[in-house]
Amino acid sequence: MLPAFVPSGLFRYGFSKKYPARRHFPAPKDLKSTYDVVIIGGGGHALACAYYLSRYHGITNVCVLEKGYLAGGNTARNTAIVRSNYLTPEGVAFYDKSVQLYQELSQETDYNILYSERGHFTLAHTDAAMRTSRWRAEVNKQLGVNSELIYPEDIAKLCPSLNLSDKVRYPILGALYHPPGSIARHDAVAWGYARGAAEAGVEIHQQTAVTGVIVENGVVKGVQTTRGTVYANKVMQATAGSSSLVAKMAGFRLPIRTIPLQACVSVPVKPFLDQIIVSGSLHVYVSQSSRGELVMGGSTDPYSLYSTRSTLDFKEGLLGHMLELLPMLGELKVLRQWAGMADMTPDFSPIMGKTPVENYYIDSGWGTWGFKATPVCGLTMAHTIATGEPHDLIKPFNLERFVNFAQVGEKGAASVGH
Amino acid sequence: MKIMNCPLNGPRNISEFVWGGEVSIMPDPKSVSDLEWGEYCFIENNTAGVVREWWCHVPTSYWFIAERNTVTDEIVRTYPAGEIFNKRVEFAKQSEDKK
Ligand SMILES: Cc1cc2nc3c(=O)[nH]c(=O)nc-3n(C[C@H](O)[C@H](O)[C@H](O)COP(=O)(O)OP(=O)(O)OC[C@H]3O[C@@H](n4cnc5c(N)ncnc54)[C@H](O)[C@@H]3O)c2cc1C
Repeated sequence: MLPAFVPSGLFRYGFSKKYPARRHFPAPKDLKSTYDVVIIGGGGHALACAYYLSRYHGITNVCVLEKGYLAGGNTARNTAIVRSNYLTPEGVAFYDKSVQLYQELSQETDYNILYSERGHFTLAHTDAAMRTSRWRAEVNKQLGVNSELIYPEDIAKLCPSLNLSDKVRYPILGALYHPPGSIARHDAVAWGYARGAAEAGVEIHQQTAVTGVIVENGVVKGVQTTRGTVYANKVMQATAGSSSLVAKMAGFRLPIRTIPLQACVSVPVKPFLDQIIVSGSLHVYVSQSSRGELVMGGSTDPYSLYSTRSTLDFKEGLLGHMLELLPMLGELKVLRQWAGMADMTPDFSPIMGKTPVENYYIDSGWGTWGFKATPVCGLTMAHTIATGEPHDLIKPFNLERFVNFAQVGEKGAASVGH
Repeated sequence: MKIMNCPLNGPRNISEFVWGGEVSIMPDPKSVSDLEWGEYCFIENNTAGVVREWWCHVPTSYWFIAERNTVTDEIVRTYPAGEIFNKRVEFAKQSEDKK
């Protein structure tokens, strides 16, 4: 029975042709037998690449193959920190381009990614950490990135919640302060790119695992999937924790170890922590989400594993240190705990661009730090696939650097996973 | 708590151990090419399945071998490194040869 008062305006709005419901992604189709470009993996990096290929290079006969559900890998599991205060000039230039793209991304994809500039503090508790902070600040400033070393008096003003007492095991001596440091809604980043790509003609196929890569005379011809064979002129893999397994299908090995990275959130509380707080020495980081949960994480697990199980060891190690930084957290409960499979490289930089197989491209080695790079990876990998030549920003991250002994050492800026 | 069976000290908490990565056999430094050496240092199999790995019991500085399933996280077997490395490497002789 209808209520006595019928909100007829609402009905008229609901059924009006003027405001059709906008579908996120078209309903799934059958796989075609051939595409110009096949992208293996349906995470943020793959979707961003499909977006830039279709929107900026006019390559729309593209399909994205995801073995699970859309952006359900590390894209769904990260703690969404975006920053560019890295250590090497190559890294800083690359990540800063990504920060710039993020700042405009809600406009670009017409999808609110809840981009929220918080200010990023990397605390230093030892002389060695102070030295690295000074080093990073100088490299950052040279490249026009807002970043400076500050001392406890300034930290107290900018971040009053933090415990700056010297009556703790590891007193805070200073911090690398990076005002543009931000957080964003990770799912929205992927969904925005996916919708934009799909509207331009890209096909997104979920529940479709790649099981083999077809290579003839050193040139890629297509992929085998759980739904049949698909041929393609060019193929890219962006499969994070599964990078080595997929590369093996194409016939080459990578300098990657798959190691879990865990994180957890507290029950939601009123906003009290605007900033993103990281401690390199204590190996912890924390920020407060727009829902009020404290999002907390640390370093990778102590050994490799293809699994997303969580451990008590992680929580104990993390929260012991966290209580020293923010003692009031002792009253809070942990609400959720989870893990992702991080594709770790020896130098803490990614592996991007060409591979030993012709027309087969790779975006991997994203370890614990690849969410912030999602837009710039899409942009540069799309350029690389469209032109056949690596984009200038990713040249230092080529796969050969390991056997040429030309690593890009970012450990000093990336060892706490965020 | 996860337990690992140390060949020297018996079952101990896994937090007492450090993982050393997959066991691979060092190519001869005298004859190896730069490419092969780079691969030996950095390139990984990163196998999903049972892998033979180096582990160290930190309090006693004891290195040994473990066979571990990298998908299920089961430790299949642990044993002294001598089971595999049963020939003495004559480093002194090698550096003599180089001169
Ligand atoms: C707990 C945690 C916290 C993190 N915090 C941060 C952070 O604060 N800031 C930051 O910058 N980064 C962070 N990261 C890292 C970041 O999440 C990743 O580097 C990034 O999301 C990688 O994106 P991707 O698209 O390459 O991978 P993914 O999102 O993992 O996508 C890869 C996809 O490939 C699919 N796939 C795999 N094999 C196949 C196959 N054979 N066929 C088809 N599909 C396949 C998978 O199902 C998956 O969906 C964090 C990671 C974790 C785990």
